[in-house]
Amino acid sequence: MLDLINVSYDTQIPNNVGLSQDKKVLKALEKWHPGYINWWNDLIPQNFQESMVYLRTAVSVDPKGWAKFDYVKMPEYRWGVLLAPQVEDRRIPCGEHFGEPAWQEVPGEYRNMLKRLIVIQGDTEPGSVEQQRFLGLTAPSLYDMRNLFQVNVEEGRHLWAMVYLLQKYFGRDGREEANDLLVRSSGSEEAPRMLGAFNEETPDWLSFFMFTYFTDRDGKMQLESLAQSGFDPLSRTCRFMLTEEAHHMFVGETGVGRTIQATVEAMNKAGIDDPYDTDKIRNLGVIDLPTIQKKLNLHYTLSLDLFGQEVSTNAANAFNAGIKGRYMEMRIDDDHKLTNDTYKVLDLEGDMIVEREVPALTAINMRLRDDYVRDAAGGVGRWNKIIEKAGIQFEMKLPHQSFNRKIGVFANKNFDPDGKMVSGAEYDKGLQEWLPTHADGDFIQSLMKPVYEPGKYASWIAPPKVGIDNKPGDFEYVKLHMA
Amino acid sequence: MSKIIDFQTDPSKYRHWRVEYDGPVANLYMDVDENGGLFDGYQLKLNSYDLGVDIELADVVQRMRFEHPEVKVVVMRSGKDNVFCAGANIRMLGGAAHAHKVNFCKFTNETRNTYEAAEEDSGQKYIAAVKGACAGGGYELALACNYIMLTNDSSSSVALPEVPLLAVLPGTGGLTRVTDKRKVRRDRADVFCSIEEGVKGQRAVDWRLVDEVVPNSKFDEVVAERAKEFAANSSKADVEKGIELTPLTRSFADDGSVSYSLVEVAVDRNANTATITLKGPDQDVPADMDAAQALGADLYLLRLARELDDAILHLRLNERKVGLVVFQTQGDPEAVLAHEKLLLDNADHWLANEILKYWKRVLKRVDMTSRSLVALVEHGSCYAGVLAELLWAVDRSFMMLDEFDGDNRHMATVTLSDSNFGTFPMSNDLSRLETRFLGEPQQVEKLKSSIGEPLEAEDAEELGLVTYAYDDIDWEDEVRIFLEERASFSPDAMTGMEANLRFAGPETMETRIFGRLTAWQNWIFNRPNAVGANGALQRYGTGQRGEYDMERV
Repeated sequence: MLDLINVSYDTQIPNNVGLSQDKKVLKALEKWHPGYINWWNDLIPQNFQESMVYLRTAVSVDPKGWAKFDYVKMPEYRWGVLLAPQVEDRRIPCGEHFGEPAWQEVPGEYRNMLKRLIVIQGDTEPGSVEQQRFLGLTAPSLYDMRNLFQVNVEEGRHLWAMVYLLQKYFGRDGREEANDLLVRSSGSEEAPRMLGAFNEETPDWLSFFMFTYFTDRDGKMQLESLAQSGFDPLSRTCRFMLTEEAHHMFVGETGVGRTIQATVEAMNKAGIDDPYDTDKIRNLGVIDLPTIQKKLNLHYTLSLDLFGQEVSTNAANAFNAGIKGRYMEMRIDDDHKLTNDTYKVLDLEGDMIVEREVPALTAINMRLRDDYVRDAAGGVGRWNKIIEKAGIQFEMKLPHQSFNRKIGVFANKNFDPDGKMVSGAEYDKGLQEWLPTHADGDFIQSLMKPVYEPGKYASWIAPPKVGIDNKPGDFEYVKLHMA
Repeated sequence: MSKIIDFQTDPSKYRHWRVEYDGPVANLYMDVDENGGLFDGYQLKLNSYDLGVDIELADVVQRMRFEHPEVKVVVMRSGKDNVFCAGANIRMLGGAAHAHKVNFCKFTNETRNTYEAAEEDSGQKYIAAVKGACAGGGYELALACNYIMLTNDSSSSVALPEVPLLAVLPGTGGLTRVTDKRKVRRDRADVFCSIEEGVKGQRAVDWRLVDEVVPNSKFDEVVAERAKEFAANSSKADVEKGIELTPLTRSFADDGSVSYSLVEVAVDRNANTATITLKGPDQDVPADMDAAQALGADLYLLRLARELDDAILHLRLNERKVGLVVFQTQGDPEAVLAHEKLLLDNADHWLANEILKYWKRVLKRVDMTSRSLVALVEHGSCYAGVLAELLWAVDRSFMMLDEFDGDNRHMATVTLSDSNFGTFPMSNDLSRLETRFLGEPQQVEKLKSSIGEPLEAEDAEELGLVTYAYDDIDWEDEVRIFLEERASFSPDAMTGMEANLRFAGPETMETRIFGRLTAWQNWIFNRPNAVGANGALQRYGTGQRGEYDMERV
């Protein structure tokens, strides 16, 4: 275990921020660190804490240092504080301070707005680890278990990154907020996580893959826009986090893809070509495609809610202040101020979905969501290629943005996945076709049996094409501690 | 914003509030209909409110007193997840004319005062059960409650973000209640009032901003427990049944005049003047309080108070150019006194108490009306007891002296009753007579010996109860010239002068709210830093910050 009394911060915590010389932050981290370790220890089942996991650790930000693979016990993982290298003469990329030198310290006038953004981002990081805490018990392979733990420790590191910013730049308030990040907990009645999607359960591995594909992609978009921040330390932090986030989406995309692969292979083998022949397909020990589509519908729409209201004052304020930009801000060809521009947002006029021009500043959320929708479509196309290649008539689709929403103009309205408003009765009936039912959940649960033998995979998921760190197929990614 | 604003509503019309009655406990849910704004151009998101929402709240509070006297504890809570109340709607404020903002704030202040006083006046205690964001006017709603409970979910907070966010003040009592009621240390109050994010958890208790924080999972349970506890410890007598506040009888004429059963409002828009005539009793005095209760909302003094209250509010919001309000009464002063006596003799009866306390509020509403107020004591009038209070609520009063040619109405008199010596305190906590005779307290004592005696003009003037007494020869000209002169002055100077002269004597939390806080807020509401095209209030929601002129004035 980590020696909490004699932490050598420069060796235990890989960092490029001169941690051991920064007395203020050291003092704060020393107080916060034990709470974090407790949080971690209470979270993940004990036998996994003791297991050796083949993990990637970032020890520095240069290409050689950010992906060091080795066996490590998760509580001893070296959660680093790493910022992307400082860009010389970086300028504020948007808003009323456009073109001014980026801030190296928190500007007093934006203290609260910045703090709130960092707290919300920080709150999501441990949230997902909490949601996924029991998945190790039903891992379909050691390869997948290792991926889960990789995602988990990196979310933990992202929490560290946010906590570092809070403690370094926000004084006493920041320390209190950092402590509260360990107080709130996913799904807790006492103190739930701040955003709805992070209080939902992740009950099975298909949910985990959907979550990492769709919800972590929201995280990616948020990080992308925070990476544009005029507050340089936040920008640098997020830029480095994005390199890790890419892996999470890889886990999601390939996880869903491999699930589909197993399904279509089993169907072909059994000579079934009707994807709706549910019972027969399920009897093969794989998940039928329509059920996968339902899971997709659920996680995609929950993730859309994370973008908030289509028209948002907070988002406008943050953009104009220069503390949160747009996706790829630097590549957008406009004045980066948007004071005279408009942007099209979806809106409702009676039952009709219409496009409405609104001041572009207030539509920052909508724009990011549009970018997200485009970004999320890519993987779906690749999944469809797998199905097509197997010769099965079925197409995965992203549902319309109006479907199953809890936030924004479409919230709690009866839209079907094609974006058509339907009657209450039609909606109730349709839901069984559109979203996972409890019965679907029961079936998926029945498949969630752990496979702990190296190189073996559960029936419902195909092996990966390539191993992690180019390891061979039977590599023992997790040396399980079986006490 | 030229549509008529109606202050009359009833539970069948509510769009924003609902009440669940549970014996001595009432759960009052704020659940604002986003699309139920009084005007176009804004949505009432996140339980934000406009005047329409507050009119309903005022109605709830009033009915709680009269229709549900069995209620001892009212739990104010949100009907929405994640938000208690986000305060006054900013877009509404941004779009509203200055006069509307001022009147809106005044009315909301009066409503807050009303339920705040409900515990002392009627034994109805208000608890704020705060879950989710409680900011600005939302926290001011809670501040006016008698007890504040906050959930401890590590994100719910109470906040007054007006200054950093909008460049205006928490003007519905916020700043004043933080220091004067909650007695928050001033440096902490300074911190609290200049941070957007507010204060949560245990610190909110430590800083005295709330009375109790409750674990989130037990919140509803503890709130219910506390409500029960307060109800059990209440000294309020059990009352089986209230009376129904039936709709007022009234009609509006095209010229702006309004007729009620006992109140006539004659509006002369050319002269910027309204004359409010209150009629004496049109019914016999009920034999006892049971008989009075059987009359219900029809009972003379209750009906008169409701009609006068509505008339004042109507003039304030809908006849904004009427700068001068003339009070008249007509009727039998003896009968007024007899009706009042039934209430005073039975002041411990719940209904008598409620009606007297209601008159206290209505008279305060008159005090607080920013129009020049004058009372004419003509022959045939009935300025007796509670109605005599009007003479000292107004800025000037004129009384007919001796007989007038061809006027066969009974001689003008003023009659004092016990009620003029403390039943209807002003916001400074003094009676109107004490305020009037601040420099001669012995005069108040002396007046007690005149209780019950119909005082004619000479005596009334001599005793200082009216400004001037004029006889037949002078009356018409003197009154006309005064009215014309008064109506010609700058309305701003009049409002300022009157507000300063009316409230002599000690400061109370209420006078500080209506004086200091409101005056500063109304000044800020006129300043470009808040309301200019590039001011914070106008820019709110656009993403751009307000541009401030950094000169300190």
